[in-house]
Amino acid sequence: MNWEPLLLALFGAAHRVTRDGDLLSGTAEVKGRTVMVVGTTNHAAIGVELALAQARVVLDTAREHPGRPIVLLVDTQGQRLRHRDELLGINRYMAHLGCCIELARRQQHRVIGLVYDQALSGGFITSGLIADACYALPEAEIRVMRLPAMARVTKIDEARLTELSKSNPVFAPGVENFVAMGGIRALWTGDLQAQLIAALDESPTPDQRAADGAARGGRQLAAQVTARVISA
Amino acid sequence: MEQLHFHFVGQQTPGDFMPILVGVVGSGNLEVMLEPSADSPECRVDITTSARGFAPIWAAVLQDFHERHGLAGISISINDMGATPAVVSLRLDQAAAELSSGTGITS
Amino acid sequence: MNRSFAESTARARVAHLLDADSFQEILGPAERVVSPHLALLGVPSSFDDGVVIGSGTLAGQAVLIAAQEGEFMGGGVGEVHGAKLVGLFKRALRLQPAAVIVLAESGGVRLHEANAGLIAVSEVMRALLDARAHGIPVIMLIGGDNGCFGGMGLIARCADHVVMSDIGRLAMSGPEVIESSNGVEEFDSRDRALVWRTTGGKHRFLIGDCDVLVEDDVAAFRSAAIGLLGQSIPLNLATMEAEHALLSDRLTQYGDCRDALDIWRRAGVPDPALVADLEASEMQALKTRKPKELA
Repeated sequence: MNWEPLLLALFGAAHRVTRDGDLLSGTAEVKGRTVMVVGTTNHAAIGVELALAQARVVLDTAREHPGRPIVLLVDTQGQRLRHRDELLGINRYMAHLGCCIELARRQQHRVIGLVYDQALSGGFITSGLIADACYALPEAEIRVMRLPAMARVTKIDEARLTELSKSNPVFAPGVENFVAMGGIRALWTGDLQAQLIAALDESPTPDQRAADGAARGGRQLAAQVTARVISA
Repeated sequence: MEQLHFHFVGQQTPGDFMPILVGVVGSGNLEVMLEPSADSPECRVDITTSARGFAPIWAAVLQDFHERHGLAGISISINDMGATPAVVSLRLDQAAAELSSGTGITS
Repeated sequence: MNRSFAESTARARVAHLLDADSFQEILGPAERVVSPHLALLGVPSSFDDGVVIGSGTLAGQAVLIAAQEGEFMGGGVGEVHGAKLVGLFKRALRLQPAAVIVLAESGGVRLHEANAGLIAVSEVMRALLDARAHGIPVIMLIGGDNGCFGGMGLIARCADHVVMSDIGRLAMSGPEVIESSNGVEEFDSRDRALVWRTTGGKHRFLIGDCDVLVEDDVAAFRSAAIGLLGQSIPLNLATMEAEHALLSDRLTQYGDCRDALDIWRRAGVPDPALVADLEASEMQALKTRKPKELA
């Protein structure tokens, strides 16, 4: 879905979110509450500038609007694959964005992520995946790597990967797989605004994604391994 | 990938000891874990290997190892990623050396 | 006597970094907590799923430690591997150690378990930041041949402190991925000098992303870690704003630089071409020269 109809579906006409290059930002009202919307569009490649720009929005919100919910809209092809970004330390810029979002969460800002188009690899980690909860539209594409490339790198036959991915959601692209693994809380269909309101109304919980993964069968070991390490 | 199992009857029983691990599961390498198997006179060997069809070579390498050390009451577990027989022998000997320098072997 | 950090296994690094005989492993190999996914793909597992975790002492102080084995699946983070790291940081909340020390050597997410690895990285990040928010310092030691990339490159810069040798590399994307996406002119992955100028320990030290640069010696990493124990950097709006200003200034100062040599020159390094030949101790002098320009 394009960002403009998405915003209309989420907020009606009562929003001030604008696009500046690949950056989306602006406030919106929902059920009488103002939220800060920040994210990317155009399958943005997250480079040093875009990571910093998103972090700026989050920090401004944390500083000037205590308690204001933050909605992260995710449409990214992952980190920008350029020498310049690596030279300047893109990992630190992206980590900074993640740390800012985490700070906002700790300071009682409800943070909701929504993958509305693409979420690839690293670009997803320090955005949607660091929110209180991350949701997705059913037509969203979430993946670490396409199967043909994965076959080349792992040297496992692509047909074998395809076959295995039918019964195991652990490596193949697909939004349903991320739901099964607990990374995506749920898919949003129908009345998007109602689902956003419900998500905002939920109280923050400790990170329950491993528990979700176990309950849904996609990650059967993570939660228990973590528990064993804590109590060893 | 293939799973192989071997048994040998030995004489040198090390008794109880903390598990020993040598090597890593990298390309051309393997990890070897030794654990006590107190109530058994055997040396049992369980192998998971990335390559298929090398059972006779494993048998030969393990037989040589058994002739060198004659271990009993012990369980050897191996995860192998295509190591050569020479590297396999080296890791087995390294593990046996750690065993004898640790708790000591009682005959 | 020098013991190469790079050439040591993860297990050996831990044994020689911590105080002698102090290491107690958690979920060690005998417990066989292995990947549930690799066998299905015809790939052998490792008994510890490629990461050694546990507790010990460093200069007598209690620490928790994790060391990734770069030789196993490139140190990639899978479901169990990631859960061990998450558990370690959560355990730190209970134990309040003088630090959580992570010997990071990883290509990032383990492709064979890509989705689990991706989610695990964000869970590790959150657990790490939680530990830091409770005043527990997190120290990254990066010195393996495989470097610290991808999701681990992100996690590294969530820590309080980063120690590297020049064998170590710290980045997001590997040069091969950049070359195959955007061509050899963008990044020639076979130009080793270029790779190290862009992502190696010396560059990271000069640009400010590595706090301490050491020789490839386990004892040197040990000394550096000891020096950082108990030094927690708060995570609050003020420190985030300071970080933001630093990163913003970096773009202003170096955003148009084409190569690390340009950055170093602009930062006041007198002979950038000679940096590659300097010892770690000589690098320290370069940084103290002009701390302001060097991020």
